[in-house]
Amino acid sequence: MTALLELRGVHTHIGAYHILHGVDLVVPEGQVTMLLGRNGAGKTTTLRTIMGLWGASQGSIAFRGQAIANRPTPEIAASGIAYVPESMGIFSDLTVKENIVLAARSARHEGELDRARLQWIFGLFPALQKFWLYPAGKLSGGQKQMLAVARAICEPRALILIDEPSKGLAPSIIQNLIGALRELKQQKTTILLVEQNFLMARALGDTVAVMDDGRVVHSGAMAELAEDEGLQQRLLGLSLGAHQ
Amino acid sequence: MSSASTVAAAADAPVAIPKSAFDWKPFLLLLALVAAALPAVGSTSSWLTLTFAGLAMGLIIFIVSSGLTLVFGLMDVLNFGHGLFIAIGAFVATSVMGGMGAFADQGVLQTLLAIFAAMLVAMLGAGAVGWAFERVIVRPVYGQHLKQILITMGGMIVGEELIKVIWGPLQIALPMPEPLRGAFYLGDAAIEKYRVVAAVVGLAVFALLAWTLSRTKVGLLIRAGVQDREMVEALGYRIRRLFVGVFVAGSALAGMGGVMWGLYQQSVSPQIGAQVNILIFIVIIIGGLGSTLGCFIGALLVGLVANYTGFLAPKVALFSNIALMVAILLWRPQGLYPVTSR
Repeated sequence: MTALLELRGVHTHIGAYHILHGVDLVVPEGQVTMLLGRNGAGKTTTLRTIMGLWGASQGSIAFRGQAIANRPTPEIAASGIAYVPESMGIFSDLTVKENIVLAARSARHEGELDRARLQWIFGLFPALQKFWLYPAGKLSGGQKQMLAVARAICEPRALILIDEPSKGLAPSIIQNLIGALRELKQQKTTILLVEQNFLMARALGDTVAVMDDGRVVHSGAMAELAEDEGLQQRLLGLSLGAHQ
Repeated sequence: MSSASTVAAAADAPVAIPKSAFDWKPFLLLLALVAAALPAVGSTSSWLTLTFAGLAMGLIIFIVSSGLTLVFGLMDVLNFGHGLFIAIGAFVATSVMGGMGAFADQGVLQTLLAIFAAMLVAMLGAGAVGWAFERVIVRPVYGQHLKQILITMGGMIVGEELIKVIWGPLQIALPMPEPLRGAFYLGDAAIEKYRVVAAVVGLAVFALLAWTLSRTKVGLLIRAGVQDREMVEALGYRIRRLFVGVFVAGSALAGMGGVMWGLYQQSVSPQIGAQVNILIFIVIIIGGLGSTLGCFIGALLVGLVANYTGFLAPKVALFSNIALMVAILLWRPQGLYPVTSR
């Protein structure tokens, strides 16, 4: 198992607040790693620190063996990391097509998009084909989330960071999203997925890291956590049985 | 790439097609204003004269304002020094047009060539000063609005003093070349020749900007950056380079507008930038900060209202721009075409 991304002792301060207190995290290549934890545990901060949107005040972040901590965000993105923020980051005034063209760095216009890949994305998210020329701001919450994921996969990326994609979505839409992410998983796409929805985490995760108070307090196989209700209760304050 | 199974059935089945996105109401407001002015003015020929004069004035205002709205929208910078670039353009016009005076008076073509030469030099000059202005004055205060206001105003004062050093402190005449003096007549309606040139240039600038923003990747980046700078960076683009490019382009446009404005006023003073500054801020606020289309409609509204009120109620014309802004903001507090997600 090769580590594609490795965080060692990462600390992050935002203004006067010390948010991450030495995060150690390994994301294996070709797997889906779930990052779980209660609200305020530091999951979003971890993703933003990886992307360079907030600076790491201490510690190291290595991607494909290269140090990327505190590199400029565009450089980190260009090295092969795609980011889907919790807010989705959709450009509402741009059409679905323009959002995708923008995300495809190698394409200057629609004609230069990889057609096979685009058809694959339309297969995953048919709504995007249907609303191709419509302003993204007019899409429903679920469709926006699909667009956000589509932007991250419209060109091959070595690693995709996704922050709470199920947040605020109806259960049926979450099922669609799980299906799409499962398809990505079958393609051996490496994903670091922040999620509060444990059912989604169980459905997708190969490995898991649980955060609390700015640290990773547990890491291991997702199956192991999914089967151990006592561990779930202790780490997350929940049991899978309660979700079923 | 394997072909994927369709997994989004529930999301797609009963979704409603979104309604057409384009908002025509500001355009209708513009047409309503023009239509309402006809009975108020009374005479068709006077109405036609005023309407064309207003549209041409609006298009000149659009040229000088368009750069500022992009700079604010993309960079979140309140550049109160934008007027400096207009002043540079106007003063460059006095030098270039002065130097080409005899040539320009030979005919319409020569006059147009002289004006375009002045525009080119003004754009280069204002663009270069804009580059230095961004680097020295604006860059240290990104994200700090109060400091931006203070330092960019200070920058404009320093710039005005430097203009006095180069061109002197006195007002300089910028006479209209002979071939562009006078008017065309449509019946009894007079259409000033220079305003036709201004209208053509203004429409060309708008078309070029609209094309760039909607049809090119740089335009996409600018529109996206206006909405969410951080996400543009997360997609792998260096927005700082885009900032500099937009600032320089905005300054160059202001320089070009300065040439048009100077010829329109037929005189130039070092304070010309400060005088126009208020007008352009009114226009970009009316349009919705960051919106090029809003700036275009806002500039036309300002130009028309100024001309109609100047004819109908000259005292009202003194505050017609402010009154228009208040009325628009009461209707749409974010301006005519607000930029979403900011």
